[in-house]
Amino acid sequence: MTIADLYRSMRLIRGFEELVLDLVKHGEVVGGTHSYIGQEAVAVGVCAALRPDDLITSTHRGHGHVLAKGAEPRRVLAELLGRRDGLNRGRGGSMHAADLGKGILGANGIVGAGAPIAAGAAWAERRSGSDRVAVTFFGDGALNQGVVLETLNLAAIWRLPVLFVCENNGYATTLPARTAVAGSAVSRAEAFGIHAESVDGMSVEAVHEAASGCVAHARSGEGPALLECRTYRFEGHHTIERRFRLSYRTPEEVEQWRARDPLLTAGAELSDEERERVDAEVEAELAEALAFAQASPPPDPADASRYLYADQAAFGATS
Amino acid sequence: MSKLSYTKAMNRALVDELAADPDVCVIGEDVGAGLAGPTLGLVERFGADRVVDVPLSEQAFTSLALGAALRGMRPVLEFQIPSLLFLVFEQIVDQAHKISLMTGGQAHAPITYVVPGSGSREGWAGQHSDHPYSLFAHVGIKTVVPATPSDAYGLLRSAIRDDDPTVVFAPAAAMGIREDVTWQLAPIPLGRARIHREGGDVTVVAVGHLVHDALAVADEVAAQDGIEIEVLDPRTLYPFDHAALESSLAKTGRLVVIDDSNRSCGFGAEILALAAETGLLRAAPRRVSRPDGAVLPFAIELDRALQPSRDRLRQAVRNVTA
Ligand SMILES: Cc1ncc(C[n+]2csc(CCOP(=O)(O)OP(=O)(O)O)c2C)c(N)n1
Repeated sequence: MTIADLYRSMRLIRGFEELVLDLVKHGEVVGGTHSYIGQEAVAVGVCAALRPDDLITSTHRGHGHVLAKGAEPRRVLAELLGRRDGLNRGRGGSMHAADLGKGILGANGIVGAGAPIAAGAAWAERRSGSDRVAVTFFGDGALNQGVVLETLNLAAIWRLPVLFVCENNGYATTLPARTAVAGSAVSRAEAFGIHAESVDGMSVEAVHEAASGCVAHARSGEGPALLECRTYRFEGHHTIERRFRLSYRTPEEVEQWRARDPLLTAGAELSDEERERVDAEVEAELAEALAFAQASPPPDPADASRYLYADQAAFGATS
Repeated sequence: MSKLSYTKAMNRALVDELAADPDVCVIGEDVGAGLAGPTLGLVERFGADRVVDVPLSEQAFTSLALGAALRGMRPVLEFQIPSLLFLVFEQIVDQAHKISLMTGGQAHAPITYVVPGSGSREGWAGQHSDHPYSLFAHVGIKTVVPATPSDAYGLLRSAIRDDDPTVVFAPAAAMGIREDVTWQLAPIPLGRARIHREGGDVTVVAVGHLVHDALAVADEVAAQDGIEIEVLDPRTLYPFDHAALESSLAKTGRLVVIDDSNRSCGFGAEILALAAETGLLRAAPRRVSRPDGAVLPFAIELDRALQPSRDRLRQAVRNVTA
């Protein structure tokens, strides 16, 4: 994985998210989204350390993770627009994007809920003799969810091939992590005997290197690992935040982190020519994705409960 | 001929499914030792890799099963106490149940949640005596409450084979029941009711262990009052067998429901609503249930006072047929 590849993947996520912000503003994406802008180095660095057949579970802030894991941008975008060709056929939207064929077991609207699902997938993989690894992404807020702590214990005693990626962007909605998390992500994992590291989440190369080590550790059967990535989201918690005048972080703080934008640092390692070429290619890809998504028809309201049960014919929902 | 106990029937269903399908595994607290009954002896036969003891972390192991199901397994989870379902409502309702729709049909969750000993266990008081099947039927999760050993066997097997999440409630008051089984046990399809006794005067829909009370009351009122009760056991509360209810009401035009859930928004209320919608009722229907918002008290007299009883059923039947 070259720096140009890593940059391209981050550029794609950034461009996708900027496009989505615009679509939210114009009412084309209903419900709003949780922007991933600023955190791209984490999804890209971690997913670059995975094989295509490895597995991930994601969060409410999941666009970056699913794109980095290989979901097609045009189908993710169609999903956000609630269209038939969406990843989830318009049934999931931003917080539930899933692409089982690509090892993406689902974003999740419940904080911390993906951790035990990833552990279960890892458990099943090991039982079946495969050496796949499952990664679960979660935020600093999720560190206080009981189910995550229960899962750390279970994964540790069973030595499951899971990588816990704590994306510490400093806030759970408006609550600063420093006032909410006793100890640290690393110290918590270590209390369970889990190999844990903390890395600069604004450097895609640093994340990639640390994640590669953790993934190798998990794959080799040595048990789970936890990687804390210190990062920052440049936008609000959710696009709805734009409507409020919330002041839980200072403009200076945001500016300081923006100066460390992972796209700037990674982009600086490319020649101007190469960077501009990648930027143009990504822009063209996103334009095509938008055209595809907008051309996709909306689903049929008569089918609103379709897919609720595996055998829909036998157990159709009644209304 | 052999006497089959309810617990043994569940055990045989698990044995047969574990033997038939290597993707089936049993997960729970103390399942290796077989503390709750149905898993007795399984670990000796299938190994600790298939009959898996887990730490006391219900939320983690419930969604762990979902992750495993997404990778091709068919986990059966055992819960020691019915109230533990309240702890894992998120994992069952929000995650396993919703995943098929939310992923647009990409994923299914063939998981069976088994509660051996649901409802009052006499003397276990407030936090160990709930019988929360109505909650699961309400959210649309396949919900099964077998009344007899052979139904427990057949329905548990079908639940395990089903590709959706299914909760199987084994009522504590039914687990002591034994049945003469002269036929080959077999899977029983979900969603089909069973008529335990035919009668033309009043339909009594009875759930779980209360089927046996309904049958006893049916014999009594037939002898004493000449009232012929038809005893209908839905067996699967969701999906509910509408056709069976309708054809019974077409005969009787009268309905009493006896079920061990709370009255308000409980399963009995749902049956009354369905019956009203058929337009077949000739008399006002009755419910025999726990009271609204019931919490079972400890003292045995108080515990029983809040549960549906044969006396209350007899009275309800006389009322609707008066
Ligand atoms: C269990 C749970 N509690 C509360 C919420 C509402 N909520 C959604 S996102 C969020 C903040 C999560 O913070 P964190 O885990 O740090 O992730 P981040 O948003 O920073 O990416 C909250 C409180 C929820 N979805 N799930």
